[in-house]
Amino acid sequence: MSAGHLPILQVAIPLIAAPLCVLLRRPGLAWAFTTLVSWALFAISILLLIRVLADGTISYHLGGWAPPFGIEYRLDAVNSFVLLVITGIAAVVTPYARQSVAQEIAAPRHNLFYALYLLALTGLLGITATGDAFNIYVFMEISSLASYVLIALGPSRRARAAAFQYLIMGTIGATFLLIGIGLLYMMTGTLNLADLSVRIHEVPDMRPIYAAFAFVTIGVLIKLALFPLHIWLPNAYTYAPTAVSAFLAASATKVGAYVLLRFVFTLFGQEFSFERMPLMEILMPLSLVAILVGSGVAIFQTNLKRLFAYSSIAQIGYLALGISFASTSGLTGAIVHIFNHAMMKGGIFLALGCIMLRTGSVELSALNGLGRRMPFTMAALVIGGLGLVGVPVTSGFVSKWYLVQAALEADLWPVALLILLGSLLALIYVGRVIEAAYFRTPAPEAPAYREAPWQMLLPTWILIAASLYFGVHTEITVGVAERAAATLLGGAS
Amino acid sequence: MDILNHINYWAAIALAAIGLYAVVARANLIKKLIGLSLFQTAVFLLFITVGKITGGTAPILDAAYEVYSNPLPHVLILTAIVVSVSTLAVGLALAIAIKRDYGTVEEDEIHAEDSAAGPDKA
Amino acid sequence: MSDFLVLRVIAKLLIPFILLFGFYVQMHGDYGPGGGFQAGVIVAAAFVLYAIVFDVKTARRVAPMAALVSLACLGVLLYAGVGVANLIYGGRFLEYGALAHDPAHGNHIGILIIEIGVGIAVAAVMMIIFFSFARRR
Repeated sequence: MSAGHLPILQVAIPLIAAPLCVLLRRPGLAWAFTTLVSWALFAISILLLIRVLADGTISYHLGGWAPPFGIEYRLDAVNSFVLLVITGIAAVVTPYARQSVAQEIAAPRHNLFYALYLLALTGLLGITATGDAFNIYVFMEISSLASYVLIALGPSRRARAAAFQYLIMGTIGATFLLIGIGLLYMMTGTLNLADLSVRIHEVPDMRPIYAAFAFVTIGVLIKLALFPLHIWLPNAYTYAPTAVSAFLAASATKVGAYVLLRFVFTLFGQEFSFERMPLMEILMPLSLVAILVGSGVAIFQTNLKRLFAYSSIAQIGYLALGISFASTSGLTGAIVHIFNHAMMKGGIFLALGCIMLRTGSVELSALNGLGRRMPFTMAALVIGGLGLVGVPVTSGFVSKWYLVQAALEADLWPVALLILLGSLLALIYVGRVIEAAYFRTPAPEAPAYREAPWQMLLPTWILIAASLYFGVHTEITVGVAERAAATLLGGAS
Repeated sequence: MDILNHINYWAAIALAAIGLYAVVARANLIKKLIGLSLFQTAVFLLFITVGKITGGTAPILDAAYEVYSNPLPHVLILTAIVVSVSTLAVGLALAIAIKRDYGTVEEDEIHAEDSAAGPDKA
Repeated sequence: MSDFLVLRVIAKLLIPFILLFGFYVQMHGDYGPGGGFQAGVIVAAAFVLYAIVFDVKTARRVAPMAALVSLACLGVLLYAGVGVANLIYGGRFLEYGALAHDPAHGNHIGILIIEIGVGIAVAAVMMIIFFSFARRR
């Protein structure tokens, strides 16, 4: 086996590991195995990214069938970067998950939990790695089905209702995507993304392609949870087990953004999406509304998981906003934000998991005075929150910098102002967290909570530290993101 | 007639619309799932009928035939059917869990229970 | 349903043939219509028929849940294992030609094992789905 097989191993290893995990039965064993797998995947994704940056696009033909007839895994700067984000998150969340899962889920189900977790990971990695339109649909459903069940495992009965709502929305979204892919296949006779991108421009009657564009975009936007297609997200993230919230918030929506990028820029092409179809006119207002409404609603939440779920909706707005500029700095901002937001939101949800473990609640009132009792956890939460605001030195600042720059380049200074307004709103909801944690005294009857165990603090701080590190040392993330943006815009012709 | 030539599209659109309507308009979770399945099946129908080539036979290599139907949509839809069955199974399992937890599968009653229990309490 | 004599007799007669047909579809899948998906569902249908006509308890004794879960996993592992075996033999993932000296022969072996894996997994999963719904009340 040579290094040439890395693209398929990235997807095949978690796929094989999932049934093995079911067979392992012992909770501890299943967890240890999943952790090893997630680290191996992280290593593979690093190797892949290095190879892609050095040698350019990697194409792997499944079964030795050459594209466009066979299924192709095609890795360029964009998706190898997203693979790195997903596996990185998995490599940090999995070791963390043990205690969090032990608290929230009954022990006999642990091996099933980790198997589902691996399946969700398989799906996300598969969506990202593949260069085949139908494959994207199948992997999307694999990851979604696993996520529905993972969410339903949450302790509250509302987790089941939230999972059901997500199932309905998610399936409609995926089926829309399937209709779009079907229309594309009817008109071009191919499913390979690279082949499709050439052939859709040779189609004599473009009307089905327009319809396909609409179906695909809406299908993906549901998965991405862009306003107003976001209603499944707050409940799903609020009631899911905390490790699942952290994993999904940091990875699933990022993959949605990636799929949107892939379809809009690589497949349909920039010229088609933005000049012949009014994507900018649709995406930009929606993402601005998402930023303002998401942040605005977050201010009034008392449940922290829900608060940060609404903040996710706002952050997804930033992602979509970057995409809607269709310029180098806009896309750079969006792609960097995929990375940065994954780190920040992952870290925040992990910190919430620590709070959940000790206090048994993630209500804002549970935070009262917690700044002194759990200093490390609260510091992580606050730094992550400041990253969401976009305070300089945090990585959130970097992505917003590029977004504002893109807005100014496009002569859209009101948009730049709205981005700043969004940050201001974020400051308010993060401020509420800070106020509760540091400036309020704990209720007299509240027990003296101990700091969270190091096995949970360490992963939390790895993500938070990463978000700080990449806020200062932007060469790596921005460098890769710029290359990815150039790939997307250059591949448009 | 042009309309009759595309009867498969009309059938798929009609079924998809009925399915989607059921998902949106029905409060009963099981009925929603039925609608969802119908919606998905309509899309499968769309794929399958597109694979048919006039005068073509089943795509099994045989010296007696030259025109075959396109087998690729069948393969794709075989996979999609598996996905659909899994979705339905997960959906029904969730519905059973909801019935166990809430004692009902009516969406409005679930919402009523939730708001009666107060915000974000289990 | 224990009162319906005709049903019970017919079902008893049919079930072996359903299973046999399942195996036929399974093994025929590489050259003709058929394969693991269809065969798995047919085999599962035999068990489901038994469970409906006779009783779920006995059917579940024949096919206990733990065994079914293991079988479903084994089926997937068989499938993925073939893919990995191809890698070890120097081919690409799921490039069955690498399994034997003669690529055509390798393809034959590969697809057969893959389909058996799919068949086992599908049959097991269909039964799991049926039994987990059927055991309620």
